[in-house]
Amino acid sequence: MSKQLAIDRIRCDGRGMCAELLPELISLDDWGYPMIASGWVPDQLSAQAERAVRSCPVLALTLRSVPVPEDR
Amino acid sequence: MSRLRLLSGPDLAAGSEALNAHVQRLGPLPAVGPGLFDSVERSGLTGRGGAAFPVARKWRAVSAAGGGGALIVNGAEGEPQSFKDRTLMSLRPHLVLDGALLAARAVRASSVVLYIGEEHRTAQVTMARAVAERPEHELRHGRVVLAPARYVAGESSAAVNLLNADIASPTTRPPSPHEGGGGRLPTLVQNVETLAQVALIARYGADWFRLAGRRGAAGTILMTVAGAVTSPGVVEVEAGISVREVLELAGGATQQVTAVLLGGYFGSWVDAASAWDLPLDASMLRERGLTLGCGVVGFLPVTSCGVCETARIMEYLASESSAQCGPCFFGLRALATTSGRIAQGIADPGDLARLERWSREVRGRGACHHPDGAAGLLQSALTAFATEFQSHPAHMGSQVA
Repeated sequence: MSKQLAIDRIRCDGRGMCAELLPELISLDDWGYPMIASGWVPDQLSAQAERAVRSCPVLALTLRSVPVPEDR
Repeated sequence: MSRLRLLSGPDLAAGSEALNAHVQRLGPLPAVGPGLFDSVERSGLTGRGGAAFPVARKWRAVSAAGGGGALIVNGAEGEPQSFKDRTLMSLRPHLVLDGALLAARAVRASSVVLYIGEEHRTAQVTMARAVAERPEHELRHGRVVLAPARYVAGESSAAVNLLNADIASPTTRPPSPHEGGGGRLPTLVQNVETLAQVALIARYGADWFRLAGRRGAAGTILMTVAGAVTSPGVVEVEAGISVREVLELAGGATQQVTAVLLGGYFGSWVDAASAWDLPLDASMLRERGLTLGCGVVGFLPVTSCGVCETARIMEYLASESSAQCGPCFFGLRALATTSGRIAQGIADPGDLARLERWSREVRGRGACHHPDGAAGLLQSALTAFATEFQSHPAHMGSQVA
Protein backbone atom coordinates (compact mmCIF):
# COMPACT_ATOMS: atom_id res chain seq x y z
CA MET A 1 0.00 0.00 0.00
CA SER A 2 1.26 3.48 -0.80
CA LYS A 3 2.51 5.50 2.09
CA GLN A 4 3.56 9.03 2.86
CA LEU A 5 6.26 10.26 5.21
CA ALA A 6 5.17 12.61 7.97
CA ILE A 7 7.08 14.44 10.66
CA ASP A 8 5.85 15.44 14.08
CA ARG A 9 7.38 18.91 13.94
CA ILE A 10 7.17 19.45 17.68
CA ARG A 11 9.06 16.24 18.41
CA CYS A 12 11.64 16.70 15.68
CA ASP A 13 14.95 17.94 17.04
CA GLY A 14 16.82 18.13 13.79
CA ARG A 15 19.17 15.20 14.50
CA GLY A 16 19.34 14.57 10.76
CA MET A 17 19.40 10.76 10.83
CA CYS A 18 16.48 10.54 8.39
CA ALA A 19 18.25 12.59 5.73
CA GLU A 20 21.30 10.35 6.01
CA LEU A 21 19.28 7.17 5.63
CA LEU A 22 16.89 8.42 2.97
CA PRO A 23 18.59 11.19 1.00
CA GLU A 24 16.40 10.41 -2.01
CA LEU A 25 13.35 11.82 -0.19
CA ILE A 26 14.65 13.85 2.73
CA SER A 27 17.00 16.82 2.73
CA LEU A 28 17.92 19.23 5.51
CA ASP A 29 17.26 22.95 5.63
CA ASP A 30 19.85 25.53 6.67
CA TRP A 31 19.15 24.78 10.35
CA GLY A 32 19.33 21.01 10.05
CA TYR A 33 15.60 20.27 10.02
CA PRO A 34 14.23 17.77 7.50
CA MET A 35 12.35 18.68 4.33
CA ILE A 36 10.38 15.83 2.75
CA ALA A 37 9.80 15.48 -0.97
CA SER A 38 6.07 15.64 -1.61
CA GLY A 39 4.03 12.65 -2.69
CA TRP A 40 3.98 8.92 -1.97
CA VAL A 41 7.05 6.92 -1.07
CA PRO A 42 7.99 4.92 -4.20
CA ASP A 43 7.91 1.12 -3.71
CA GLN A 44 11.65 0.71 -4.29
CA LEU A 45 12.35 3.06 -1.35
CA SER A 46 9.81 1.70 1.11
CA ALA A 47 12.27 -0.54 2.99
CA GLN A 48 14.70 2.36 3.33
CA ALA A 49 11.87 4.64 4.47
CA GLU A 50 10.85 2.15 7.14
CA ARG A 51 14.43 1.98 8.34
CA ALA A 52 14.57 5.78 8.58
CA VAL A 53 11.35 5.78 10.61
CA ARG A 54 12.73 3.17 13.02
CA SER A 55 16.00 5.06 13.37
CA CYS A 56 14.63 8.46 14.33
CA PRO A 57 16.02 9.00 17.85
CA VAL A 58 12.99 11.06 18.93
CA LEU A 59 10.37 9.00 17.04
CA ALA A 60 9.24 12.05 15.07
CA LEU A 61 9.20 10.38 11.65
CA THR A 62 6.25 8.20 10.62
CA LEU A 63 4.81 6.55 7.54
CA ARG A 64 1.11 7.15 6.94
CA SER A 65 -1.12 5.18 4.64
CA VAL A 66 -3.70 7.97 4.46
CA PRO A 67 -3.11 11.58 3.55
CA VAL A 68 -3.33 14.11 6.35
CA PRO A 69 -6.90 15.45 6.26
CA GLU A 70 -7.78 18.99 5.40
CA ASP A 71 -8.35 20.99 8.53
CA ARG A 72 -8.66 24.33 10.31
CA MET B 1 -22.61 48.61 1.39
CA SER B 2 -22.62 48.43 5.11
CA ARG B 3 -25.30 46.02 6.20
CA LEU B 4 -25.94 45.72 9.89
CA ARG B 5 -27.02 42.37 11.22
CA LEU B 6 -24.66 41.42 14.02
CA LEU B 7 -24.33 45.10 14.89
CA SER B 8 -27.95 46.12 14.31
CA GLY B 9 -30.17 47.17 17.21
CA PRO B 10 -29.57 50.01 19.66
CA ASP B 11 -27.04 52.77 19.06
CA LEU B 12 -23.56 51.22 19.15
CA ALA B 13 -22.26 54.18 21.16
CA ALA B 14 -24.62 53.12 23.98
CA GLY B 15 -22.46 50.07 24.68
CA SER B 16 -23.52 46.50 25.33
CA GLU B 17 -27.06 45.34 24.83
CA ALA B 18 -28.67 43.86 27.95
CA LEU B 19 -30.48 40.51 27.92
CA ASN B 20 -34.02 41.93 28.10
CA ALA B 21 -33.38 44.32 25.22
CA HIS B 22 -31.77 41.51 23.23
CA VAL B 23 -34.73 39.15 23.77
CA GLN B 24 -37.24 41.91 23.03
CA ARG B 25 -35.50 42.70 19.76
CA LEU B 26 -34.70 39.19 18.50
CA GLY B 27 -36.99 36.90 20.46
CA PRO B 28 -35.95 34.11 22.81
CA LEU B 29 -33.22 31.59 22.11
CA PRO B 30 -34.60 29.19 19.49
CA ALA B 31 -34.79 25.48 20.22
CA VAL B 32 -32.10 23.27 18.70
CA GLY B 33 -33.61 20.72 16.35
CA PRO B 34 -32.07 18.55 13.68
CA GLY B 35 -32.79 21.42 11.29
CA LEU B 36 -30.02 23.57 12.75
CA PHE B 37 -27.22 21.51 11.18
CA ASP B 38 -28.93 21.78 7.81
CA SER B 39 -29.56 25.50 8.14
CA VAL B 40 -25.96 26.12 9.05
CA GLU B 41 -24.83 23.95 6.16
CA ARG B 42 -27.12 25.57 3.58
CA SER B 43 -26.14 29.04 4.78
CA GLY B 44 -22.57 28.30 3.69
CA LEU B 45 -21.29 29.85 6.91
CA THR B 46 -17.54 29.50 7.31
CA GLY B 47 -15.39 30.20 10.35
CA ARG B 48 -14.53 33.85 10.99
CA GLY B 49 -11.40 33.31 13.02
CA GLY B 50 -9.19 33.27 9.94
CA ALA B 51 -9.27 29.83 8.37
CA ALA B 52 -12.80 30.03 6.90
CA PHE B 53 -13.43 26.33 7.55
CA PRO B 54 -17.05 25.28 6.82
CA VAL B 55 -18.91 25.42 10.13
CA ALA B 56 -21.33 22.56 9.45
CA ARG B 57 -18.47 20.24 8.52
CA LYS B 58 -16.67 20.96 11.78
CA TRP B 59 -19.86 20.40 13.78
CA ARG B 60 -20.51 17.10 12.03
CA ALA B 61 -16.95 15.98 12.75
CA VAL B 62 -17.33 16.74 16.46
CA SER B 63 -20.71 15.01 16.56
CA ALA B 64 -19.49 11.99 14.65
CA ALA B 65 -16.57 11.65 17.06
CA GLY B 66 -19.05 11.57 19.95
CA GLY B 67 -18.88 15.16 21.23
CA GLY B 68 -18.69 15.54 24.98
CA GLY B 69 -15.80 18.00 25.16
CA ALA B 70 -16.10 21.68 25.92
CA LEU B 71 -17.24 24.27 23.42
CA ILE B 72 -14.51 26.87 23.28
CA VAL B 73 -15.90 30.26 22.29
CA ASN B 74 -12.84 31.78 20.72
CA GLY B 75 -12.47 35.47 21.47
CA ALA B 76 -8.69 35.42 21.91
CA GLU B 77 -8.22 37.83 18.98
CA GLY B 78 -4.45 37.83 19.04
CA GLU B 79 -4.12 39.49 15.61
CA PRO B 80 -2.69 42.92 16.48
CA GLN B 81 -4.69 44.85 13.88
CA SER B 82 -8.03 43.10 14.50
CA PHE B 83 -10.67 44.57 16.80
CA LYS B 84 -13.83 42.97 15.49
CA ASP B 85 -14.13 40.11 17.99
CA ARG B 86 -13.68 42.26 21.09
CA THR B 87 -16.03 44.86 19.58
CA LEU B 88 -18.73 42.25 19.00
CA MET B 89 -18.32 40.80 22.52
CA SER B 90 -18.46 44.29 24.01
CA LEU B 91 -21.58 45.40 22.11
CA ARG B 92 -23.66 42.28 21.44
CA PRO B 93 -22.62 39.75 24.09
CA HIS B 94 -25.95 37.91 24.05
CA LEU B 95 -25.74 37.24 20.35
CA VAL B 96 -22.42 35.48 21.01
CA LEU B 97 -23.89 33.58 23.98
CA ASP B 98 -26.96 32.54 21.96
CA GLY B 99 -24.71 31.12 19.27
CA ALA B 100 -22.56 29.42 21.89
CA LEU B 101 -25.57 27.76 23.53
CA LEU B 102 -26.95 26.62 20.18
CA ALA B 103 -23.61 25.18 19.08
CA ALA B 104 -23.00 23.55 22.46
CA ARG B 105 -26.38 21.80 22.29
CA ALA B 106 -25.95 20.85 18.65
CA VAL B 107 -22.65 19.05 19.24
CA ARG B 108 -23.49 17.91 22.81
CA ALA B 109 -20.68 19.87 24.42
CA SER B 110 -20.29 19.33 28.15
CA SER B 111 -19.52 22.95 28.99
CA VAL B 112 -18.98 26.37 27.47
CA VAL B 113 -15.65 28.13 27.84
CA LEU B 114 -15.46 31.78 26.89
CA TYR B 115 -11.84 32.14 25.79
CA ILE B 116 -11.11 35.87 25.76
CA GLY B 117 -7.83 37.72 25.22
CA GLU B 118 -6.39 38.76 28.57
CA GLU B 119 -5.88 42.32 27.35
CA HIS B 120 -9.48 42.68 26.08
CA ARG B 121 -10.85 43.96 29.40
CA THR B 122 -14.12 45.46 28.18
CA ALA B 123 -15.01 42.26 26.36
CA GLN B 124 -14.23 40.16 29.47
CA VAL B 125 -16.35 42.33 31.75
CA THR B 126 -19.21 42.50 29.26
CA MET B 127 -19.25 38.77 28.58
CA ALA B 128 -19.04 37.90 32.28
CA ARG B 129 -21.94 40.24 32.99
CA ALA B 130 -23.92 38.72 30.13
CA VAL B 131 -23.34 35.20 31.49
CA ALA B 132 -24.61 36.38 34.89
CA GLU B 133 -27.78 37.72 33.24
CA ARG B 134 -28.64 34.34 31.77
CA PRO B 135 -30.93 31.89 33.54
CA GLU B 136 -28.88 29.42 35.53
CA HIS B 137 -29.99 26.35 33.59
CA GLU B 138 -28.66 27.79 30.32
CA LEU B 139 -25.07 28.37 31.30
CA ARG B 140 -24.57 26.18 34.32
CA HIS B 141 -21.23 25.04 32.99
CA GLY B 142 -20.08 28.33 31.50
CA ARG B 143 -16.86 30.08 32.49
CA VAL B 144 -14.41 32.69 31.25
CA VAL B 145 -10.80 31.64 30.59
CA LEU B 146 -8.26 34.29 29.69
CA ALA B 147 -6.13 33.78 26.59
CA PRO B 148 -2.50 34.90 27.00
CA ALA B 149 -1.63 37.90 24.85
CA ARG B 150 0.27 35.85 22.28
CA TYR B 151 -0.36 35.57 18.56
CA VAL B 152 -0.66 31.77 18.61
CA ALA B 153 -2.94 31.61 21.69
CA GLY B 154 -6.04 31.82 19.51
CA GLU B 155 -5.06 28.83 17.37
CA SER B 156 -7.62 26.15 18.18
CA SER B 157 -5.24 23.43 19.39
CA ALA B 158 -3.49 26.07 21.55
CA ALA B 159 -6.82 26.96 23.15
CA VAL B 160 -7.50 23.30 23.93
CA ASN B 161 -3.95 22.86 25.21
CA LEU B 162 -4.40 25.78 27.60
CA LEU B 163 -7.50 24.15 29.10
CA ASN B 164 -5.83 20.75 29.37
CA ALA B 165 -2.26 21.57 30.25
CA ASP B 166 -2.12 25.31 31.06
CA ILE B 167 0.04 26.05 28.03
CA ALA B 168 -1.44 28.04 25.14
CA SER B 169 0.88 26.48 22.54
CA PRO B 170 -0.36 24.58 19.48
CA THR B 171 -0.17 20.78 19.44
CA THR B 172 0.60 18.33 16.65
CA ARG B 173 -2.22 17.42 14.22
CA PRO B 174 -3.79 15.04 13.54
CA PRO B 175 -5.74 14.61 15.70
CA SER B 176 -7.38 18.03 15.63
CA PRO B 177 -9.38 19.34 18.60
CA HIS B 178 -12.61 18.35 16.85
CA GLU B 179 -11.35 14.79 16.46
CA GLY B 180 -10.34 14.56 20.09
CA GLY B 181 -6.89 16.13 20.02
CA GLY B 182 -4.45 15.11 22.71
CA GLY B 183 -6.46 12.04 23.71
CA ARG B 184 -9.23 14.30 24.99
CA LEU B 185 -12.91 14.49 24.12
CA PRO B 186 -13.77 15.99 20.74
CA THR B 187 -13.81 19.74 21.25
CA LEU B 188 -15.45 22.41 19.14
CA VAL B 189 -13.47 25.64 18.95
CA GLN B 190 -15.41 28.37 17.20
CA ASN B 191 -14.78 32.08 16.75
CA VAL B 192 -17.17 34.53 18.46
CA GLU B 193 -18.35 36.15 15.22
CA THR B 194 -19.08 32.74 13.73
CA LEU B 195 -21.25 31.88 16.73
CA ALA B 196 -23.10 35.20 16.58
CA GLN B 197 -23.92 34.44 12.93
CA VAL B 198 -25.26 31.04 14.04
CA ALA B 199 -27.59 32.83 16.50
CA LEU B 200 -29.14 34.71 13.58
CA ILE B 201 -29.25 31.74 11.20
CA ALA B 202 -31.08 29.70 13.87
CA ARG B 203 -33.72 32.43 14.06
CA TYR B 204 -34.12 33.46 10.43
CA GLY B 205 -32.79 30.57 8.38
CA ALA B 206 -30.22 29.91 5.68
CA ASP B 207 -32.12 31.67 2.90
CA TRP B 208 -32.29 34.84 4.95
CA PHE B 209 -28.54 34.59 5.65
CA ARG B 210 -27.84 34.41 1.93
CA LEU B 211 -29.96 37.50 1.17
CA ALA B 212 -26.91 39.53 2.10
CA GLY B 213 -23.79 39.13 -0.03
CA ARG B 214 -22.54 40.29 -3.39
CA ARG B 215 -21.18 38.45 -6.40
CA GLY B 216 -22.42 35.11 -5.05
CA ALA B 217 -20.95 35.53 -1.57
CA ALA B 218 -23.21 34.86 1.43
CA GLY B 219 -23.93 36.84 4.57
CA THR B 220 -22.20 39.71 6.27
CA ILE B 221 -18.71 39.95 7.70
CA LEU B 222 -17.14 42.02 10.41
CA MET B 223 -14.01 43.74 9.19
CA THR B 224 -11.38 45.88 10.85
CA VAL B 225 -10.19 48.73 8.64
CA ALA B 226 -6.73 50.00 9.53
CA GLY B 227 -4.04 52.33 8.23
CA ALA B 228 -4.41 55.50 6.17
CA VAL B 229 -8.19 55.93 6.41
CA THR B 230 -10.32 58.70 7.89
CA SER B 231 -12.26 56.44 10.28
CA PRO B 232 -10.34 53.29 11.13
CA GLY B 233 -12.27 50.65 13.04
CA VAL B 234 -14.81 47.87 12.76
CA VAL B 235 -17.47 47.75 10.07
CA GLU B 236 -20.06 45.14 9.16
CA VAL B 237 -20.34 44.67 5.42
CA GLU B 238 -21.94 42.37 2.90
CA ALA B 239 -19.56 39.59 1.96
CA GLY B 240 -18.19 40.15 -1.53
CA ILE B 241 -17.99 43.95 -1.52
CA SER B 242 -14.80 45.38 -2.94
CA VAL B 243 -11.74 46.78 -1.20
CA ARG B 244 -12.63 50.16 -2.73
CA GLU B 245 -16.07 50.05 -1.10
CA VAL B 246 -14.70 49.20 2.32
CA LEU B 247 -12.30 52.13 2.01
CA GLU B 248 -15.26 54.42 1.26
CA LEU B 249 -17.08 53.06 4.31
CA ALA B 250 -14.09 54.04 6.45
CA GLY B 251 -14.40 57.60 5.19
CA GLY B 252 -11.87 57.32 2.38
CA ALA B 253 -8.08 57.52 2.40
CA THR B 254 -6.18 60.21 4.25
CA GLN B 255 -3.26 59.96 1.81
CA GLN B 256 -2.50 58.25 -1.44
CA VAL B 257 -2.59 54.49 -0.85
CA THR B 258 0.19 52.43 -2.42
CA ALA B 259 -0.63 48.94 -1.14
CA VAL B 260 -3.23 47.05 0.85
CA LEU B 261 -2.57 44.39 3.50
CA LEU B 262 -5.44 41.91 3.21
CA GLY B 263 -6.14 39.43 5.99
CA GLY B 264 -3.82 40.74 8.68
CA TYR B 265 -0.34 39.49 9.53
CA PHE B 266 -1.04 36.05 8.02
CA GLY B 267 -2.41 37.75 4.94
CA SER B 268 -0.99 39.29 1.78
CA TRP B 269 0.25 42.61 0.52
CA VAL B 270 -1.41 43.59 -2.73
CA ASP B 271 -0.38 46.66 -4.73
CA ALA B 272 -3.16 49.25 -4.64
CA ALA B 273 -4.01 49.12 -8.34
CA SER B 274 -4.63 45.37 -8.16
CA ALA B 275 -6.47 45.61 -4.84
CA TRP B 276 -9.38 48.01 -5.44
CA ASP B 277 -11.75 45.57 -7.12
CA LEU B 278 -10.92 42.49 -5.06
CA PRO B 279 -14.00 40.92 -3.46
CA LEU B 280 -13.96 40.68 0.33
CA ASP B 281 -15.05 37.10 0.67
CA ALA B 282 -13.06 34.17 2.00
CA SER B 283 -13.59 31.73 -0.87
CA MET B 284 -13.31 34.32 -3.65
CA LEU B 285 -10.03 35.56 -2.22
CA ARG B 286 -8.74 32.02 -1.79
CA GLU B 287 -9.37 31.39 -5.50
CA ARG B 288 -6.98 34.27 -6.14
CA GLY B 289 -4.33 32.90 -3.78
CA LEU B 290 -5.23 35.48 -1.15
CA THR B 291 -6.93 35.29 2.24
CA LEU B 292 -9.57 37.23 4.11
CA GLY B 293 -8.06 35.98 7.37
CA CYS B 294 -9.91 37.46 10.31
CA GLY B 295 -11.11 40.37 8.19
CA VAL B 296 -8.39 43.00 8.55
CA VAL B 297 -7.82 45.40 5.66
CA GLY B 298 -4.88 47.76 6.12
CA PHE B 299 -4.16 50.67 3.78
CA LEU B 300 -0.49 51.62 3.36
CA PRO B 301 0.03 55.34 2.70
CA VAL B 302 2.56 56.63 0.21
CA THR B 303 4.58 58.07 3.11
CA SER B 304 5.18 54.60 4.58
CA CYS B 305 7.56 52.03 3.21
CA GLY B 306 6.31 48.53 2.45
CA VAL B 307 9.74 46.97 3.07
CA CYS B 308 10.08 48.55 6.51
CA GLU B 309 6.52 47.70 7.40
CA THR B 310 7.06 44.08 6.34
CA ALA B 311 10.32 43.85 8.29
CA ARG B 312 8.51 45.11 11.38
CA ILE B 313 5.73 42.51 10.97
CA MET B 314 8.27 39.71 10.38
CA GLU B 315 10.10 40.70 13.55
CA TYR B 316 6.82 40.50 15.45
CA LEU B 317 5.82 37.13 13.95
CA ALA B 318 9.27 35.64 14.64
CA SER B 319 9.03 36.70 18.27
CA GLU B 320 5.53 35.21 18.45
CA SER B 321 6.63 31.72 17.39
CA SER B 322 5.81 29.28 20.18
CA ALA B 323 9.36 27.96 19.61
CA GLN B 324 8.25 24.33 19.45
CA CYS B 325 9.11 23.54 15.83
CA GLY B 326 12.60 24.15 14.44
CA PRO B 327 11.65 25.38 10.97
CA CYS B 328 9.35 28.02 12.52
CA PHE B 329 11.63 29.07 15.38
CA PHE B 330 14.85 29.28 13.36
CA GLY B 331 13.27 30.01 9.99
CA LEU B 332 11.14 32.97 11.04
CA ARG B 333 14.04 34.40 13.05
CA ALA B 334 16.23 34.24 9.94
CA LEU B 335 13.48 35.76 7.78
CA ALA B 336 13.01 38.60 10.28
CA THR B 337 16.73 39.32 10.67
CA THR B 338 17.31 39.29 6.92
CA SER B 339 14.27 41.48 6.14
CA GLY B 340 15.51 43.80 8.86
CA ARG B 341 18.95 44.02 7.19
CA ILE B 342 17.32 44.94 3.90
CA ALA B 343 15.12 47.52 5.63
CA GLN B 344 18.19 49.04 7.28
CA GLY B 345 20.06 49.19 4.00
CA ILE B 346 22.83 46.86 5.21
CA ALA B 347 21.86 43.74 3.25
CA ASP B 348 24.38 41.17 2.01
CA PRO B 349 24.27 40.47 -1.72
CA GLY B 350 22.64 37.06 -1.24
CA ASP B 351 19.99 38.20 1.25
CA LEU B 352 17.11 38.65 -1.16
CA ALA B 353 17.64 35.23 -2.74
CA ARG B 354 17.82 33.66 0.72
CA LEU B 355 14.54 35.32 1.72
CA GLU B 356 12.87 33.88 -1.36
CA ARG B 357 14.21 30.39 -0.76
CA TRP B 358 13.56 30.29 3.00
CA SER B 359 10.03 31.63 2.64
CA ARG B 360 9.29 28.70 0.30
CA GLU B 361 11.04 26.18 2.54
CA VAL B 362 9.42 26.98 5.90
CA ARG B 363 5.88 26.66 4.58
CA GLY B 364 3.93 23.68 5.86
CA ARG B 365 6.68 22.71 8.30
CA GLY B 366 5.13 23.59 11.64
CA ALA B 367 2.58 21.89 13.88
CA CYS B 368 0.35 24.93 13.31
CA HIS B 369 0.09 27.42 10.47
CA HIS B 370 2.30 30.07 12.07
CA PRO B 371 5.26 29.57 9.70
CA ASP B 372 2.92 29.33 6.69
CA GLY B 373 1.20 32.61 7.55
CA ALA B 374 4.46 34.46 8.14
CA ALA B 375 6.13 33.08 5.01
CA GLY B 376 3.05 33.87 2.92
CA LEU B 377 3.08 37.47 4.10
CA LEU B 378 6.74 37.82 3.19
CA GLN B 379 6.27 36.20 -0.22
CA SER B 380 3.46 38.62 -1.02
CA ALA B 381 5.69 41.52 0.05
CA LEU B 382 8.51 40.31 -2.21
CA THR B 383 6.05 40.58 -5.12
CA ALA B 384 4.16 43.74 -4.15
CA PHE B 385 7.34 45.62 -3.21
CA ALA B 386 9.69 43.88 -5.65
CA THR B 387 11.46 47.08 -6.72
CA GLU B 388 11.79 48.35 -3.16
CA PHE B 389 13.31 45.06 -1.96
CA GLN B 390 15.84 45.15 -4.82
CA SER B 391 17.27 48.50 -3.79
CA HIS B 392 16.15 49.70 -0.44
CA PRO B 393 17.55 52.87 1.16
CA ALA B 394 18.33 52.88 4.87
CA HIS B 395 15.40 54.59 6.50
CA MET B 396 14.12 52.03 8.98
CA GLY B 397 13.20 53.69 12.22
CA SER B 398 11.89 56.81 10.53
CA GLN B 399 8.68 54.98 9.72
CA VAL B 400 5.39 55.37 11.49
CA ALA B 401 4.52 51.90 12.76
